[in-house]
Amino acid sequence: MAVTCTGEGRVLRAALSGEVDHHGARAIMEELNRQIDLELPRELTIDLEGVTFMDSSGIAVLLRAWRRVGELGGSVQVVNVPAQAAKVLKTAGLDKLMKFA
Amino acid sequence: MKPINEAAVSFLSRSSNEGFARTAAACFAAQLDPTLEEINDIKTAVSEAVTNCIVHAYPDRLGRVSLRLRLFEDNSLEIQVKDWGVGIADVEEARRPMFTTGSAERSGMGFTIMESFMDAVKVRSRPGKGTVVTLRRKLSRRMGAAV
Repeated sequence: MAVTCTGEGRVLRAALSGEVDHHGARAIMEELNRQIDLELPRELTIDLEGVTFMDSSGIAVLLRAWRRVGELGGSVQVVNVPAQAAKVLKTAGLDKLMKFA
Repeated sequence: MKPINEAAVSFLSRSSNEGFARTAAACFAAQLDPTLEEINDIKTAVSEAVTNCIVHAYPDRLGRVSLRLRLFEDNSLEIQVKDWGVGIADVEEARRPMFTTGSAERSGMGFTIMESFMDAVKVRSRPGKGTVVTLRRKLSRRMGAAV
């Protein structure tokens, strides 16, 4: 599975892995949305350590999660961002919308 | 300027070929002994260009996508991604950040990423005939280059 979620007490951690491109983005989005709707998190941490490649599909994945968690009044932070993914996400200005650690 | 090396591949517009296309481009570029960042930039830009073909050029059918890679003496790489799909009516609008006619998993940042990661991006398109995206990137000269 390209996304593994662990959650407790409205704190959700989602670890993405593998290649996040258009081919895999829909499955990742659906699983992330399912987990968000299940946990209704106040804090969502998206861990990108296992991501080996990301293109602009990753921007859409993160933006969608950020919007959904925002609707719930929660916040999103992105951790362990590999250099290649960081360059893509920063090009879209996502580091200004959510916390990158 | 004549290329010193050239390769071409052609494939169907299946999303599973996105990974194949960017890996093929990275393998070809590897003979210039690029840095990891240069390889990643090339893979990212090719992924965007090929995904555009798969999502936009052939929205409701499978079509052919061609990838032509050329190396030049000045250590520059030219990548041409061509399709014979629906074409783009307004290229300027398509290149605008956040513009997309695609589904939820598209961000509208494809051309912005290509422009940020490459030195030059040229788009030629004719509605009903297809689109050619040409990406250029000059790579740093390093000792390990094979050509």
